[in-house]
Amino acid sequence: MGNMLREETYQGKLIVVEGIDGSGKSTQIDLLYKWLQAKGKSAFFTEWNSSSMVKSTTKIGKKQKVFTPTTFSLLQATDYADRWENFMRPILKAGGIVLADRYAFTAFARDVARGVDPDWVRNLYSFSIQPDIVFYFRVPLEIAVQRITASRSKLKYYEAGMDLGLSVNKVTSFRLFQQRIMDEYEKMIDEFQMTVIDGTLPVEVQQQQVRKIVSAKIRGWKGLPHLRTRSTRLRRMPLTTSTDNLGK
Amino acid sequence: MRIAKFYGAGYPYSAPIEITGKLIVLEGTDGVGRTTQIDLLRQWLEVEGFAVSDTGLRRSNLTKTGLSEAKQGHTLSPLTMSLFYATDFADRLERQIIPALKAGFIVLSDRYFYSVIARDIVRGADPSWARRVYGFALIPDIVLYLKADVTSVVSRIVHGRGFDYWESGMDMHFANNLYDSFLAYQKLLSEQFDIMSDEFDFINLNANRPVTAVFEDLQSHISNLFVTT
Repeated sequence: MGNMLREETYQGKLIVVEGIDGSGKSTQIDLLYKWLQAKGKSAFFTEWNSSSMVKSTTKIGKKQKVFTPTTFSLLQATDYADRWENFMRPILKAGGIVLADRYAFTAFARDVARGVDPDWVRNLYSFSIQPDIVFYFRVPLEIAVQRITASRSKLKYYEAGMDLGLSVNKVTSFRLFQQRIMDEYEKMIDEFQMTVIDGTLPVEVQQQQVRKIVSAKIRGWKGLPHLRTRSTRLRRMPLTTSTDNLGK
Repeated sequence: MRIAKFYGAGYPYSAPIEITGKLIVLEGTDGVGRTTQIDLLRQWLEVEGFAVSDTGLRRSNLTKTGLSEAKQGHTLSPLTMSLFYATDFADRLERQIIPALKAGFIVLSDRYFYSVIARDIVRGADPSWARRVYGFALIPDIVLYLKADVTSVVSRIVHGRGFDYWESGMDMHFANNLYDSFLAYQKLLSEQFDIMSDEFDFINLNANRPVTAVFEDLQSHISNLFVTT
């Protein structure tokens, strides 16, 4: 086993957030995104399982509950490959900042928690690169479970890990599944040089830490200029010319 | 009864799988007559009293629609396509092929993952990466590889369904027309099959011969699977 990601560097920067459901990572990456944009950086956001190419297939699998750990893993890798080829890689090559809400590590944690072979799933994603920064938001299981069950009316079947048959109770199943995922994340911290953020701190404190680390990474780095910084302010031109002059 | 063996880790989340049926694979490039032979084999085996189930690429209910939609567009990269096909393959294995083999069926597979990785590799995939993706693939009882000269293949295609964009590898820009592209693409595919032949214990059969001659060969190889030792 081990890190099979490529070490290739692109002109752009790749920043990833990881953590179990309810760890607060999406809130943090959203704030990071807004800050980078306000600073005039070319930042682009992508999230897990969002490619339109596999959407209809995912829907069938979830609705009919026909996913196995292997097909679930492969379909999410297909989704990821599509986003990698058509979104992440071109932006990185062009010098943009890609912010990813979940990356290959989500598959390494979740799919292994579902029982697939750790090396097998690492090989699936070995076409992608080791990111510039990986933030891992660590929260105690109970806090994450509270956040999720409070904000959501109903846990979904696969989200709760019901396919694993750990418990007939959705919340219990969710808790056991998330615990397994968390164990996998903890094992990956060294393997993928993850930066651990304490997800129990106030949101703004976490964000300060995140911004500080990102600032240090992009200091002195010239990425893709933002359109706004290349100021396309329109020249003022009063419309007083008579229509008679047109065409002359 | 035997315990199913896999090329890699298989399905670590399930108990060892006991199978009583047989997995028979017919491989070969486009236009070598696989479909015709599968139909004949099915008839023969059923007459002999065996239950037969057949399968082929892209037939999974999970991915069928999504995969054909993806192939209509032009943003499907070789990498994405390769993983999409792997999803199709895994779905059929876990939900069709393995259950059928457990129930004692003879499963006739029109191609196997060898064809898929041949295409992937021709499109630039790393050969060992592609092989490792299929670590969940069951090792078949027999792989019969039908090999024909490109001239006889072309004649079958022209008189049959005609040239197809993907079968001709047009996405690879080998040539600006289907015919030349087909020749270039099929040549590269054959090279990959030749590499795999020893590695995966293919039985090579000359498919330039008449249908009945090829069929008789297939029959005798398959009969050997049923000889009790």
